[in-house]
Order: sequence, then C-alpha cells, then structure tokens
Amino acid sequence: MTELDQLLAVVGYPTLDALVDDVVPAAIRLRRPLTLPPARDEQTALRDLEAMMAKNRFRHRFLGRGYYDCIMPPVIQRNILENPGWYTAYTPYQAEISQGRLEALLNFQTMVCDLTAMPIANASLLDEATAAAEAMTMCHRLNTVAGRNTFVVSPGCHPQTIAVVQTRAEPLGIRVVLSEELTPDAFGLLLQYPDTNGAIRDYAPLVDRAHRQQTLAVVATDLLALTLIKPPGEFGADIVVGNSQRFGVPMGYGGPHAAFFATREEFKRQMPGRLIGVSKDAHGQPALRLALQTREQHIRREKATSNICTSQVLLAVLASMYAVWHGPEGLKRIARRVHELTCRLAARVARVGNEPFFDTIRVGDRVIALDETATEADVEALAAELPSCATAVAAPDLPLRTTPFLTAPVFNSYHTEHEMLRYIHRLETKDLALNTAMIPLGSCTMKLTPTAAMLPLSWPSVNRLHPFAPSEDAIGYHEMFRQLESWLAEITGFAAVSLQPNAGSQGEYAGLLTIRAYHKQNGQPHRNVCLIPTSAHGTNPASAVMAGFQVVAVACDAAGNIDLGDLRAKAAQHADRLGALMVTYPSTHGVFEEAIREICDIIHQHGGQVYMDGANMNAQVGLCRPGDIGADVCHLNLHKTFAIPHGGGGPGVGPICVAKHLAPFPPRHVAAAPHGSASVLTISWMYIALSGAEGLTMATKRAILNANYISKRLAPYFPTLYRGARGLVAHECILDLREWKTRAGIEVEDVAKRLMDYGFHAPTMSWPVPGTLMVEPTESESKAELDRFCDAMIAIHGEMQAIENGSLDRQNNPLKNAPHTAAAVCSDHWDRPYSREQAAFPSPSLRAHKYWPPVGRVDNVYGDRHLVCSCAPMGS
Amino acid sequence: MSVPANLRYTKTHEWVRVEGDTAVVGITDHAQKELTDIVYVEPPPVGDNVEAGKECAVVESVKAASDIYAPVSGEVIEANTSLGNKPELVNQDPYGQGWLFKVKMSDPLQVEELLRPDEYANLTGE
Repeated sequence: MTELDQLLAVVGYPTLDALVDDVVPAAIRLRRPLTLPPARDEQTALRDLEAMMAKNRFRHRFLGRGYYDCIMPPVIQRNILENPGWYTAYTPYQAEISQGRLEALLNFQTMVCDLTAMPIANASLLDEATAAAEAMTMCHRLNTVAGRNTFVVSPGCHPQTIAVVQTRAEPLGIRVVLSEELTPDAFGLLLQYPDTNGAIRDYAPLVDRAHRQQTLAVVATDLLALTLIKPPGEFGADIVVGNSQRFGVPMGYGGPHAAFFATREEFKRQMPGRLIGVSKDAHGQPALRLALQTREQHIRREKATSNICTSQVLLAVLASMYAVWHGPEGLKRIARRVHELTCRLAARVARVGNEPFFDTIRVGDRVIALDETATEADVEALAAELPSCATAVAAPDLPLRTTPFLTAPVFNSYHTEHEMLRYIHRLETKDLALNTAMIPLGSCTMKLTPTAAMLPLSWPSVNRLHPFAPSEDAIGYHEMFRQLESWLAEITGFAAVSLQPNAGSQGEYAGLLTIRAYHKQNGQPHRNVCLIPTSAHGTNPASAVMAGFQVVAVACDAAGNIDLGDLRAKAAQHADRLGALMVTYPSTHGVFEEAIREICDIIHQHGGQVYMDGANMNAQVGLCRPGDIGADVCHLNLHKTFAIPHGGGGPGVGPICVAKHLAPFPPRHVAAAPHGSASVLTISWMYIALSGAEGLTMATKRAILNANYISKRLAPYFPTLYRGARGLVAHECILDLREWKTRAGIEVEDVAKRLMDYGFHAPTMSWPVPGTLMVEPTESESKAELDRFCDAMIAIHGEMQAIENGSLDRQNNPLKNAPHTAAAVCSDHWDRPYSREQAAFPSPSLRAHKYWPPVGRVDNVYGDRHLVCSCAPMGS
Repeated sequence: MSVPANLRYTKTHEWVRVEGDTAVVGITDHAQKELTDIVYVEPPPVGDNVEAGKECAVVESVKAASDIYAPVSGEVIEANTSLGNKPELVNQDPYGQGWLFKVKMSDPLQVEELLRPDEYANLTGE
C-alpha cells in the first residue's frame, strides 16, 4: 500500500479524486488542467532562470534614493540567509521557541534606538516609504488640535516616499503639501536627513518651530550616515524612519528589506508594527516576547494602529547581525571611508549646492550616492565622466555626532568569524523552525521551500540590481515578472496582476484601492461600505479603514458559514453605498462554503465588488479559481501558497490579481519599490516552474488529504469544529478544546506549550474561534510526520484525561508547567508530582531527537506591565 | 462575582457611583475577569467632554483591548493616575482603588437610565 493509499484509507476514500470531489463544491470546479509550462527538474529550472537573469546589466551604480550596494558578510550570508534554521521559522508568537530570533530583533531595535537617538523602536516595517506613511497616520492619530488635516512633506524626501505618502493620504482625506514651510493646519511634517540629493541641513530650528505650533516632526534618515552625523533624536524628532538595507542586505531590484520606525516613549502605544519586549519566564529568568500586541490588527481589527501583520524579520535579523559583526567602530570605519571617497569625488566635479554631505552629491541632474562597495577606481571613473569644477572646493564640515552608540555587549563581542559563527548558531538552535518539525499553523501554510528555489537569491545577477535602474538594465527581471504574472493570472482566473505589494496586508490595501478607484471612475465615489464577515482575519477591517471604507460586519451561522440572510439584509440596507465584500475562501473556518457563488452574486446585484482574501489559496490552486467563482480581485500570499519561506516573520509578498474591468485601477505606489520585493519573486517562479500544472494541483489535493487525515485521526480525541456538507474539511481543521477548561482546567495555551516538550510548534491558537487550535499541515508533510504530530496530540489528550480523573494534579501538571527546560528537568530540586522523564521525554520518538525549549513559560503580563524594548547597555 | 448594591451599571460592563453631581466610573468585576490581567489603562484626558454611550477610554490586557463607553455625559474632572504604574488595581479592586475616571455630569438624570444591580446581575447570568 502506498503512503497515499494509507492516508486515503483512514479518511475513508478509495481515491484522491473521489475525496476532492466531496470537498470542493462541483459548481465551482475548474474542469480543465491549468495552462502552465510543463514541470521542469531542478537543474533545468535553475538553468532557465540563470539564463534569464543573465540578461540583467549593472551599468548604473550609485543611484542612491535610499538603496545602496553593500557587502553581506559571508558568515552572515551562509549561516542566516542560506540557512533554513533561520529562514523557515514563523512569526515569533510562541515566544518560548523563538528566543533566538527575538534576541536578534531586540538587537535590531537597540541598533535603531542607538543610531537614531530615539528611546523606542519597533522590529521593522515593510519599507521606508510605508514607514513614512505609517508615521503620517500615527501623527494624525496623535493630533489633538481640531481641524488639522495637512501633512507637510519636504520636497527633499525620496520620490518614492512622497508617492506612497500621497497614495496613503488620499483615502483618509489628508492633504499633503510639498514644502518645508509649515502651514498652520499641519498635524505633521516629514523631512529627509540627509535629503535625497545628499544635502545635510540643520533641521533643529524647523523642528522647534513645528513643536511650538504642536506639529509633530517625522525624520526619514540613513543609519550609516548616523554613525557620523548628529542623530534626529538630538534635534527633536518625534518619529524617525528609514531603510536598514545598506547594513548588509542586497538591493535585490527593490527588496525585501527591513525598514525601521522609532519614536518617543510616550507614543509607543500608537506605534505600528511588531515590538519585542523583555519579560521573564516561569523560573524568573529573562525571556523575550512580542509586546503590546493588543495594538495590532489581529486583536484590534478596524481600530488597530495599522493593518500590518508581516514585518521583515529575516531582513531585520540580517541588518542587526551586520551591526553585531562590525560593531560601532567597524560601522564608523565603513562610513568614514565612504564619506572620504565622496569628498574626493566632490572636490573634482561641479557639485550642486554647498551644504554638508555624507555619501551623496548632486552633479547637474544626476545624483551620485557612493556606498560600501565603492573604490578609488570608481571615483576616478566618475570624475572622468562628470563635468568637472573650475576650482576644488573643500567639503563643508559635517554636523558631527558626539554621542556613543551600540554600547551593549552584543555589539562589542563577536568580531572574529568563529565567535560570530557560534553566536548565530547559538541563536538559531534556540528556535524551532521547519528543519526541526512540521509547523502546523492554520492559515499560515508552512510548506516546504525547495532549497533549489533559494539558490538564486545568492546570485549577483538577482541581488545586485538597484530598484531604480533603468528597465533596459533589468530585462531578465522583467521577463521573469511577465512569466510569473501570467502564471498567477492563469491560476487565479484573472486578467492582470500587480506584483508590487510587500505583504498580504499591503495586497489587501492595494486591492481595496483598486475597487475604490473603479467606483470613482464610474461616478460612484460614495460606494464606501465594506461588508466583512465576523470570521474574517483582523487585517481585513484594518485594511478597509485605511482604504477609506466604512466596515459593516456580517454574521456567521452556527456551521461557521456566512449568514446568507444577514448578508442579503446588509447588502440591501447599504445598497446605495455598497462598495465591496471581503471574503476569505475557503473560509477562515477551513470549509469550502457551498454558497460562495450566491454570495458573490448578492454583492454584484447591489453594485458592490468582491474582494477575495487569498490566505487560503493553497486549497484552491488547480481545483477552482477566484475569478471563476465570482470574485473581482484577490491577493495572494506568495509566502504561503507559493513557497516563499516565512523568514521568521517576513518577508511576505502579496500581489493582487484583478478581473479585466479592474485592470486599469491597481494603485501604482503602495510600496517603495516599483516591483516590490522583486528578488524573492524568484522563489515563487522556481516553485511554479518545478511543479507545473499537474504538480501544483496535486499539491492542493494532498494538502486537503493531509488536513482530513489529521481531522479524522484526532476526531476521537479532539473533534473538528466546522466541517463541510459531507463531513470533510478543506486544507485545515479547527480542533475544539473548549470543554477542557471546565473538564480539567486546561486551556489551549497549555496544550500549545506542552507541544513544545514534544518538539512541535503549536497550531494557530484561539483563532478564528477562542479555545480552539487550527491545524494546517500543508502538502509537504509525510505520513510519518503527520503521525508524529497526531501521536503527540493523542498523548497530550491522555495527560489531560489524567488531570480530569485526578491522577495528575490540576495545577501542578506537565501541561501547566510546560514547556520544560533542560535546566528545570536536570535541577537537583525536582519536586513535581510527575517524573522528569514524563516532563521531557513523554514519547519514545524524542529519544532520537530532542528539541529543548530554551526558556520556561513566558510571563506576558509582566512584560506588558514593565515594558523594556532594547538591550541593556554595557555593565548594567 | 460581586455586584455592589450602591452602584449603577451599563450593558457594556461599566459601573457608576454617584457622588453629588459627580459620577465615578470603573469596570465591573465581571469585566475585569473576562479581560484577565489588565496591563494598561488609557483614561480620557481631564477636561474632555464625554458623551453617554460613546467610547472614551481603553483598557488593555495581554489578550484584548477593550473600549470603555461613558455611562453618562459630562466633563472629565479627574482620572485615576495610580493606574499608570499599577494597572493591576483594576483586577484587584475593580469597585475601589481600580476606578478609572470621574465625570461632572451634565445631566444627572441619565443615571436613572442605567441598570440596577439586579438587572446587571441578570445580564451577566451570575
């Protein structure tokens, strides 16, 4: 019996197709194979992509505008960027098994705080332009003066930043004025320091004037420059943003990179994005965690500080490690060298302006921004091709930085390769990633990223191109975009694709702006009501509000489906103003709703457009298509369905696919770079090239089979909450543990933490239903791994029964005390009423390999009540 | 669960204690239990006018952020500053030291529209 047959036998179906026929409603099935190129083997796919990328040309260097060529230290490239222990981890919601990347992110926050001289920084945002737009909306929220609606933006800001700020301001009714003159009705001011032409101005008087009229000052800046010049925090900035890319992260024709966002202590609760905080574990030892999560969209929905869920964890880790590796002195050395080369060039060419500069000067209408890779030969070549000056002028003095930075031990300890190698490895081994066990997170699609698909990221032809290089230099990239776009259009049944959005949340936002622009074009700008089922992910309402929609909730019925009666009533009630419905398919409850066609029809009949959230696309590929079902626009999470690894919490890529009538309307500037996170698109290109139509469809079927296998095997222990018409689930299942709170005093969190002792990452906890665990195995897991997970869940069920019947204590038991650290289990003071063996080796398979959680249960309450978000300085 | 007899209540789980023309506002024992450990309280700014039934403050636990609705209309004359350092007072003593803010009522008759203790106890089913 093959593995497939064994799985099918448990689920109770003779063939995979018979199972799929009973899961996916017949009315929406795609009755033909997808039209995609035939599957290629790894070597062929790599050769084809390499040939394509070889068409990229590096004729234009030193283009600046916030992107700089740099040198990724090999010890970081090999051990982080090319290491699945780092790149396959998930967002660190389960703090106990994420201490390694949480430490790296705390280093990132500390690095940003130190260099900007701000007291608090988050753990990265999508890109600099997005960070600036988030700063604008944050200033708007903080504004207390009635009637203020203007955001003043310096014309010296990077053009892409201005464009994204304008995009984001429009639906919110915020007026953007390009000027460095304050208006009386300005709630905020955005400056670039040094500016996009390289000029360093003394902004202290302007910031001071802004504060006197209660206008908040946002400063976009450059981390390398701040190692030499006076930081924005020392001239009064309220918010400081920027891109950390030049700290060792390749430009990659636009991304992904980690932007940073820092602010004043008193504004921390208004800050968007993830924030890492220091807390303590059950043994009183320091432990890290995500802090202040209640600000975020998954809890706060339309009242969240932002719609952002994904940050750029992998990129923030890379940038922070660059600072760890070079340390404060190394960074200053790099900065001084770049500055000196720039001075040498400036002395010989006809520079525009006479302000101080760091690494960027303007000559005629050209901006030259030198970087870490620049050499004296480059300076000679540039001097020869640029118009020269009549007499050499000495470079004006820089406004020098006088304060120390990166004084924490971590930035002063790992400057030899062995020490660095071991530090990186030490952090890696604290975390549980896909190279240890399956990560069955529902709605997250933690599938395999083929190693072959990661190789191109290390090719210079992929990662050295500047995002604003002329498109004739990026012929290979554009060929790859066109192919990927056409493949995604075929897979979704849509006419056009925009690859720009940097995350699913940004895709949602872009999709809703598309709908908004369409209604406006049709003379119906008042269509601003967005219906959203209560089962939707919190990002949906948060995105809708950002795009200028008013959110109206639609109820779900007892079976977890959209309540059709309520949908009809709400659509009719708001018919005149109905703009859109946001619907996830299959639903967030893990079921293919039979009524989806009817749902789409109801919205169309009342003049609305249907936005499909592509979070669950892994259940659709090759079996049905959003465009055929009746949606008008959908976003895809390439980091879920199309194999881009999660990077420990980013990067994400969230392209939008639109129907023909919407093709003219996707916004042009929702992200900083024209093609978003271009370099990682090669991963999805590889995934589709390797799979072909048949492989992709088979993957979807297997994902459905795996979910039903788990649902079926665990049914006698943990029943599945929602199932479709024939008792089956789609690609994920929600395990109902709610009754255990009264039966044994056990909550889902206890089960999640206990799974760590068994070497597993927990499924999605208490979402979309409190007290449940949502399991999504994906197609990439073998029967052996599925069984290992099921066996762990069944063993934990046994422990729960023992608590219920009194043979284990209700408080002092292996679940409440989970996870168990090596230190606790090996302690001379073991006083628990159960054995050490039961604590740490509850199943025989752990003898072969044991993952030890590095800390005990993290105290969330303590962490949020005593917020600390940076590394302690030396000697404390 | 405790529902003191000398207070009035809202369906959204706030309580009101009337002291002359001032209303002291907090959240109920039921509410603090549902929210679990409170980590942060954002009271309305002193001097602001709040309107009965409208959101005016936020109480956060590690699991949830909950809007607080003004039970009565009027001007905020004091906020409980000790919650800044000790938000856990809301859990420990929801009807005493865990009070949130005081409102100088613009229409004291609004209190009559609030729930009586027995009505609130019925609402929470306890």
